[in-house]
Amino acid sequence: MSILVYIETQESEIKKSSLEVASYGRAIADAKGTSLIAVCFGLQDTSLLSQYGVDKVFNISTANDIHFNAERYSNTLVQIATKETADFIIVSSSANGRFLGPITAAKYEATYFSNVIGLPLSYEPVEVKRSCFTNKAFNHSISKNNKIVLSLSSNSFGVYEKPSEAIQTSIEHVESSSTLEVISIEKSTDKVSIADADIVVSGGRGLKGPENWYLIENLASVLGAATACSKPVSDLGWRPHSEHVGQTGKPVASNLYIAVGVSGAIQHLAGINSSKIKVVINNDPEAPFFKAADYGIVGDAFEVIPELTSKLKALKEA
Amino acid sequence: MKILVCISNVPDTTSKINFIDENSAFDNQGITYIINPNDEFGLTRAIWLQQKEGAIITVATVGEASCEAILRKCLAIGADQAIRIDTTPKDGYHVATQLAAYAEKESFDLIITGRESIDYNGGMVGGMLATFLKIPYLANCIHFEKEDETIHLQREIDGGKEILKGNLPLVIGAQKGLVEEKDLIIPNMRGIMQARQKPLDVLAPVEARQSSLIKSYEKPPAKGPVKLVDANNIDQLIDLLQNEANAL
Repeated sequence: MSILVYIETQESEIKKSSLEVASYGRAIADAKGTSLIAVCFGLQDTSLLSQYGVDKVFNISTANDIHFNAERYSNTLVQIATKETADFIIVSSSANGRFLGPITAAKYEATYFSNVIGLPLSYEPVEVKRSCFTNKAFNHSISKNNKIVLSLSSNSFGVYEKPSEAIQTSIEHVESSSTLEVISIEKSTDKVSIADADIVVSGGRGLKGPENWYLIENLASVLGAATACSKPVSDLGWRPHSEHVGQTGKPVASNLYIAVGVSGAIQHLAGINSSKIKVVINNDPEAPFFKAADYGIVGDAFEVIPELTSKLKALKEA
Repeated sequence: MKILVCISNVPDTTSKINFIDENSAFDNQGITYIINPNDEFGLTRAIWLQQKEGAIITVATVGEASCEAILRKCLAIGADQAIRIDTTPKDGYHVATQLAAYAEKESFDLIITGRESIDYNGGMVGGMLATFLKIPYLANCIHFEKEDETIHLQREIDGGKEILKGNLPLVIGAQKGLVEEKDLIIPNMRGIMQARQKPLDVLAPVEARQSSLIKSYEKPPAKGPVKLVDANNIDQLIDLLQNEANAL
């Protein structure tokens, strides 16, 4: 028995969502009295994993294949899981994690659960709570299989330090038979992405036009936040659709979500439901967003946002 | 070029979600069903390939007879034929198994599934289907162009996109970006009339296990009222976020 976690890196740093996955894997390993194994690809320094309770690290050499490769990565996970008789393989809810999850589950003949919130509710059989209906509801799902692959919903467990002594080990390079070949990566921004952000600042049609997005950008920059937008804004082409948040766009599970000039259509509210604290700034007191928010200001974004930005800036510099 | 577009029958995005039978089942009452939006982006991209190079499009769903309305809509949009695999979908694994059993016999060049359905959000049918068929899968696909035998693709990743190339056969997980919202096709009268004549075949399911079952549902806890802060008192908002919400 063992618990396997897939550790994802970005520019040779371990992603925060992967530290959450390691902490989560540790908690499951403790509950089941077994060991925690981390699998990572081309990580230069694995020492950080010893702070999060990892017992064993498989650091797979990437040789000249530097890009994520779902076929090879899933084959590697399955090979190690088989060798280590893993009963859980855990990935984050990142784009790559959610890509790997179902493929790995199909190959490992395991049950796959996505969007899992917190620790399993039971282990025999495995029962988890997961979000569904795009965060409008949750369900309790029971596995009919004792091998599980799951993707953990971001910020649903937290990151916890727990010192351990991680043994380094390796396996032979696993080949990929996939005909897909990554040519390049284009970053859309130098800022933090919506999926990785603790704070997200989002703009709606109330901002009147793309030329006013400096308001959102400035506030986000002071907060170290990602920028997002409502569906009409992305449909109008004011912002790229990668920023569209909602039922057909991206879900947001940040700690703080600030919506400026977003009315709060049901589809938008569903997409941000997993965010912990929601703030709305809108000049229409009847905007539905006020019913979903924790804090609100009825006011003109063109006056409120510059003032909020400069006051937060002063606070951060103090 | 033979294309299969897998379609899921889902509650309209404006639906209020409720449960019945002591929270053990979804409440269908008053719900309008639509083509899963991610599947519709994929179908629209398939229609462009049909217009450009005469691709033949089959749409398929796993579900009961009540799903036929959305299959007819797919035909009205322009799909050539529809397949309904006659069983209640139990989970993503069960659906992928049914679709794989059908697709195996048909040797499609391109299979399109939505990135995920907006009801159960499993996000697993495409990846599992591709794995069962032993062909590559590309999740979160936002670009698909065919140039002779080479397929140029893009995948949305966290904070950017990945540029790829590949060959058919292929399974892709469609989402917004593959086509835009404005590109979606509203069926016209001619399309609706033609759809009635197009084949909609019902197939018997294969033996397939389910890997999980849903025990119960719950709704998020009711939210307390919003705390309103005066627009002239930004300091108060900052104080609340910092000291009450611990969010800064």
